[in-house]
Amino acid sequence: MATRRIGRSTVRFAAPPVIVSAGTVAGPMESRGPMARWFDEVVPDDMFGERSAEKAERRFMGDAVKIALTQAAVQPEQVDYFIAGDLLNQVITASFTAEDLGMPFIGVYGACSTSAQSLTVASALVDAGFADLALAATSSHYQTAERQFRYPIELNIQRKSTSQYTATGAGAVLVGRSGGKVKITEATVGRVIDMGTKDPNQMGPAMAPAAAETIFSHLADTGRDPGFYDVIITGDLGSVGSQILLELMQRRGVPLGDNYADGGVMLFQGVRGTGVGGSGCACSALIMDGFVWKRMCEGEIRRALIVATGALLSPLSWQQGESVPCIANAVTLQV
Amino acid sequence: MASPGAKKQKADDRAKYQKLASSIVPRPQLARNIAVAFVVGGLICALGQAVMNAFIASGMTGDEATAPTLATMILIGVVLTGLSVYHHIGEFAGAGAAVPITGFANTVAAAAMDFKREGYILGMGAKMFIIAGPVLVYGILAGVTVALIKWLSRG
Repeated sequence: MATRRIGRSTVRFAAPPVIVSAGTVAGPMESRGPMARWFDEVVPDDMFGERSAEKAERRFMGDAVKIALTQAAVQPEQVDYFIAGDLLNQVITASFTAEDLGMPFIGVYGACSTSAQSLTVASALVDAGFADLALAATSSHYQTAERQFRYPIELNIQRKSTSQYTATGAGAVLVGRSGGKVKITEATVGRVIDMGTKDPNQMGPAMAPAAAETIFSHLADTGRDPGFYDVIITGDLGSVGSQILLELMQRRGVPLGDNYADGGVMLFQGVRGTGVGGSGCACSALIMDGFVWKRMCEGEIRRALIVATGALLSPLSWQQGESVPCIANAVTLQV
Repeated sequence: MASPGAKKQKADDRAKYQKLASSIVPRPQLARNIAVAFVVGGLICALGQAVMNAFIASGMTGDEATAPTLATMILIGVVLTGLSVYHHIGEFAGAGAAVPITGFANTVAAAAMDFKREGYILGMGAKMFIIAGPVLVYGILAGVTVALIKWLSRG
């Protein structure tokens, strides 16, 4: 009997694990946005002095992990699991970082929902007694993501009215049994939703129904209404996608109020050349592990629902004319 | 698996959602994009004409001046790509930057730069025409087709 399940998609942790520490590293575009002051490290050169963007992305993830470990004064040998993912084929950034760290490694892929997905796995392992300390990390990089999913960086392409900008950066969270103020109390694992959006420039509209589904299930499973939370933050719907989400929730009879915000919009508000907002694994990671966690430590936010949204497309699937399967994973953080 | 009824329901739901989404997705700024593409594309072509005139002024015939003019424009496109300038022109001007031969040069140079890290053979050599390739394939195909029609219709 699964005693921690409350409803179709949500678990409530028996002894809620805590965030012991978190580290965030952001690139140059991200540091121009309003969230900049919440990041632990800002790198003015998105190549990190490396010869390839892929190597640079590894440095971002490595530094985020290092910051989290240093803050908690924890040695890599003390961490039972490293749970990480990124956007690149075969989650290669996470694998190389894991090799460096030497921790037992669980590679995960949830596209841009990986931040909440990896935190869910880490929390479950700690809560169930499989680990005392588990480290969850995610990264993305504008250049590596463009190369893999879209076009060469220097190509003359005009941004579409719904284009988003992949965040460059990484976030890492150390989850443990004690030693932190912010608890992970519930997690809602999303179902894959595909409402037929085929245009890879419309990630927000593609993901909005998945976000709506997960928020709706979470609230139904927990018996809460949106007002329970100080903030409900989606990962990277962008301004267009979040507008659609608001409309969908309205139609389902659970309107979201002023406590709703989107991480993609928050990250790049007022930054030129970023389309309708940020995207990528790092987008929700930077917001959750930077802004939200720090505001919660200060006691400014007491209850947060993080809904990390992911478009699970592959470059092949959209070229073959398939629509975009999407997911949203949610975690509840409370102090 | 889904029954036929459930399949139909899903298709209906998708159609309904796409209608809702497209009512919220902002329209592309067609008028602005067309006007800017026209002006910037026109300026690039005017530059090409100036280069050609210069070659003609140096004593070439119009036919002789064509090849060095194209080569000069390609060089300009490649250099601006290497300096990371051309994609900004593309972002601003859309088709105005993509259609002239400078845009074609940009697609080759951009791919070459991007894939250099994977080596000169498997990377740059293999992937250089990843964007420009289709233009060549269908450009040549169209040329052959038109030539064939012309040849057949000689009577």
